[in-house]
Amino acid sequence: MALKGSLKDFNVTQLFNLINLARKTGSLTIEGSGRKAEVCFKEGRLVYASLNGQDDGLIGMLEKAGKISSEQSLVIRARSKTDADKELGLLLINAGYVTQDDIVQSVRSHTLDVVYLLFTWTDGSFRFEPNRLPAEGAITVPINLENIIMEGSRRVKEYEMLQNELPDLNMALKFTERPDAKLHDINLTVEEWRVISFINPRNTIRQISKANSMPDFKMRRIVYGLLSAGLVELVIPEGPKQAPSASEAVSAPPPVKRSLILRLIDRVKRM
Amino acid sequence: MQTVKVVVTGPFNAGKTEFISSISEIDVVSTEQKITDGSRVVKGRTTVAMDFGRITVDNDLVLYLFGTPGQKRFDFMWDILSEGMLGFVVLVDSARPETFREAKMLLDRFRRYSATPFVIAANKQDVQDAWLPEDMRIALRASSDAKVLSCVATDRDSVKGVLLELLYSILESIAEG
Repeated sequence: MALKGSLKDFNVTQLFNLINLARKTGSLTIEGSGRKAEVCFKEGRLVYASLNGQDDGLIGMLEKAGKISSEQSLVIRARSKTDADKELGLLLINAGYVTQDDIVQSVRSHTLDVVYLLFTWTDGSFRFEPNRLPAEGAITVPINLENIIMEGSRRVKEYEMLQNELPDLNMALKFTERPDAKLHDINLTVEEWRVISFINPRNTIRQISKANSMPDFKMRRIVYGLLSAGLVELVIPEGPKQAPSASEAVSAPPPVKRSLILRLIDRVKRM
Repeated sequence: MQTVKVVVTGPFNAGKTEFISSISEIDVVSTEQKITDGSRVVKGRTTVAMDFGRITVDNDLVLYLFGTPGQKRFDFMWDILSEGMLGFVVLVDSARPETFREAKMLLDRFRRYSATPFVIAANKQDVQDAWLPEDMRIALRASSDAKVLSCVATDRDSVKGVLLELLYSILESIAEG
């Protein structure tokens, strides 16, 4: 019988803890608010994770991890005659595109990205189906759950902090104009450079995140770091207006004449 | 008769009621009630709906000052108050850094409500532990061109200075537009 319920009653940390302690084998599906994730476990160890809309198979994982270029990705996709990641992985290793270690690291990194994101989901329903494992052709990398649970719990706290510090991903960024900012002395990671390369008052943070295929959590963390270092500033996006939600619509300033403001200034000065 | 309005927002106990009282020509119409939650330790009464002040320019023009409710649970009032405003003042208690995060959130939120000019008033600069306006600019992550002004909300001249700076910003925005 499937184990099912609501995340409001039983959160992801508690679910993972249960699966770990009971050494369960099967597939956990979590869905809600238009998103869905599937995580598989074998004898209490995480072996596979996928997130709707973000998964692009092994090629996507390798590209995201920087193991292959976007051009290589296009060529491989065009030539590939198989959908099975295991088979594709062997072909890529034999063709010298990547090593076995590259594949393991990329899949592991993707799996962890998905799973850590799940820790930030606070509503939705879950269903655990015993003994259901990923399709035969999928690449599985076993990972112990203990460290994931600890890291996930830590990230939940960090996520809450980042949500408070950076609540609106529809804002844009611009480079600070502080004269003392020493941009040339800054050491940035590859991912930070990727974000930096898109910084422009016309691009929202959400758009940059999408362009880099970067989860919101990672994006918030990078932007928070850049903001804290005083390298960038938040600004309202320029250019064509996005469709704002009814509650967040930016209304235009009321039409006023200069003479009216000058009268106000004169009055306040005389007070 | 034309009426225009400026909104004064800021975290709980930032000094919004004092700010409006200092400059308004009428007694501030303040809808306050006793606090029934943990905020009691800071302040006995808080603004529930809004503070309301008035500056009459002449027979044809009146400026109204609206203070937003200090507690987050009344945030449904904010978008109502912000509609049609000329600009807004974000008042921050310079001596209570624990409120800076909320001030930043208010600033972001009001900027999304309306593309009108604003100034940040670093209030309670007469208090010993007050942060300097330039330090607050960094803490609030205000952009380098945002005006972060020293303020003492109980001092009429200080409030006048803040209001004038906001009006100058509005004037500049018209010139740019």
